[in-house]
Amino acid sequence: MARIRWRRQSRRSNREREARTAADSEQASLAPALRTVNARVEIPEQLAGSKTALEHDQAWLSALRGLGRFIRRKPLGALGAVIVVVMLVMAAFAERIAPYGYDDTIRGARMKAPSAAHWLGTDNLSRDMWSRIVYGARVSITVGFGTIGLAVLLATAVGVSSGYFGGAYDLVVQRVVDAWLSFPYLVIVLSVMAVLGPGLLNVVMALAILIAAVNSRVIRGATITVAQSTYVEAARAVGCGHARIIARHILPNVTATIIILATIGLGTAILAESALSFLGFGVPPPYPAWGAMLSGSGRTYMFRAPWMAIWPGVAISLAVFGFNMLGDALRDVLDPRLRGLAR
Amino acid sequence: MLRRYLAKRLLVAIPSLVIASLIVFTLPRLIPGDVVVLMLAEKAYAKDLEELRAKLGLDRPLPVQYVEWLGRVARGDLGESLWTKRPVLEEIGQRLPLTVELALLGLTFALMIAVPVGVISAARQDTVQDYLARSAAILGLSVPGFWLATLLIVLPAIWWGWRPVSGFVEFSRDAIGHVTQLLLPALILGIATGAALMRLTRGMLLEVLRQDYVRTAWAKGLTERVIVMKHGLRNAIIPVVTLLGTQLPQIIGGTVIIETVFGLPGMSRFLFDAILQRDYPVIQGVNLVVVSVVVLVNLAVDALYAVLDPRIRY
Repeated sequence: MARIRWRRQSRRSNREREARTAADSEQASLAPALRTVNARVEIPEQLAGSKTALEHDQAWLSALRGLGRFIRRKPLGALGAVIVVVMLVMAAFAERIAPYGYDDTIRGARMKAPSAAHWLGTDNLSRDMWSRIVYGARVSITVGFGTIGLAVLLATAVGVSSGYFGGAYDLVVQRVVDAWLSFPYLVIVLSVMAVLGPGLLNVVMALAILIAAVNSRVIRGATITVAQSTYVEAARAVGCGHARIIARHILPNVTATIIILATIGLGTAILAESALSFLGFGVPPPYPAWGAMLSGSGRTYMFRAPWMAIWPGVAISLAVFGFNMLGDALRDVLDPRLRGLAR
Repeated sequence: MLRRYLAKRLLVAIPSLVIASLIVFTLPRLIPGDVVVLMLAEKAYAKDLEELRAKLGLDRPLPVQYVEWLGRVARGDLGESLWTKRPVLEEIGQRLPLTVELALLGLTFALMIAVPVGVISAARQDTVQDYLARSAAILGLSVPGFWLATLLIVLPAIWWGWRPVSGFVEFSRDAIGHVTQLLLPALILGIATGAALMRLTRGMLLEVLRQDYVRTAWAKGLTERVIVMKHGLRNAIIPVVTLLGTQLPQIIGGTVIIETVFGLPGMSRFLFDAILQRDYPVIQGVNLVVVSVVVLVNLAVDALYAVLDPRIRY
């Protein structure tokens, strides 16, 4: 009953969305005509060659305008985007940004408090904290994107096939997903890590399986809604095969959902990776994972050198905060129907 | 009617439990290479390979092993810890109460924060309070619990020279001291869940407050309090209860970290130690207990719906 009610609701909003898309496409179909009219009026014959350049500029302008609108309407989302970009830059150019290597010991600088020379202080092995945090972004980003890439592939395959084909297949697959979801994520990931052993790839695999299970549910729901729509019915009536319907009609219409899930999932993955590293099941040392920096020596010396325990946590929180904010804003913009979604 | 609904729901829960038990059973057997060799080399759990293999029941075909294992589980026999040599069920029985206590306290904190803040946030949409509450919620979802725990230990020590008392207080020895020591861990445990619940409460309440019957209630001249609490919250609470059920695994997962950080001798800490020692009977046993608890609680949550909303019948 609950599900039926939900489906009916989503079908309704689907109809609304179709109406909206129709209106949009009407505008869109008018736009080139208007543009050509403008072009004819403003551009003399001999300059016709620059028309494409002008159109190019216009595309840029409208993209910029869209960005401006996003910033104005979703200031927190924009803040999230900035944090994400900063993190990406830190991860990509760690060698240039960090003043020291992540494992360089600096003579005579053991557990120094934050200063001009060492912005975030140094740790018990005389390593520069700021440099380690910058390199740590690389671990978080690698694990985050690796996990989400794998998870999205898995979740889309499971969710779309389950939602599209339905029937006994759906029933069986969903019971397996149910079972996965009954495990506390940390318990199951730790158990999987006990089986696989520590290491970057194993962290990614263990987290991906879990996040995929959660996401496949949502993607399945979205697929069911799309699969019931008239255009899919029409495609089937014209004689399209399953593969074509899924590739051309279902997938494009669940892409927004997938993008949102991926953005929010990135935050979850980074948080989970830090928890694993904290417990000693993450990327092995000396490579600096933020979670690992907080455990071990970070906790041993936390009273004498609190900056060792403070900054990595700030980095984790900021990164996850950024992805969550961005994901939230993207969700509101791309697909407001997902608003009730718990992360 | 209610009984039939519950019976049906129970039938759906059984396959989940069976599959979950299969996962629990297969997990240690998925290990690349031979676990037994590894266990023998690392910890010398037995005299030779054959003995350890027989001890773990690994010398028979897999389906036979599974059925035998299920049979033993049904009789309440979860095997013996390789490390402490004591029955796993007994070991878990000693530690489970603390974890349950912690989880329940955490959930209570989460609800105590989430529902009032969510209601205020929705009733005063787009005001300063609302923005503050929403930002705090996202922050609550972003801050790792283990870091928060570290900060709450470190900062008071630096500022006021106050350090937490170490050592675990048994309930039987000092009931008040026992509960007091759990308050801070439980609060940290509840923050992330509370944040998720608050966001959902707010979202659902906003949706309900836009309904026609709420406008009618306003038109009747009812007070805001009655409208928000009676017309609004009661209709918005069901998804929140669902989320509460799905958040339970996360809370239990969180206890792994919280028990480790605060040195509490609960079941999750036991699991963590078992993972470090590759004590597979314990890993299997704890996983099985946890999954069963989660499935049963979700069953109870579904039953609760039927009570909360008489319209719900599957």
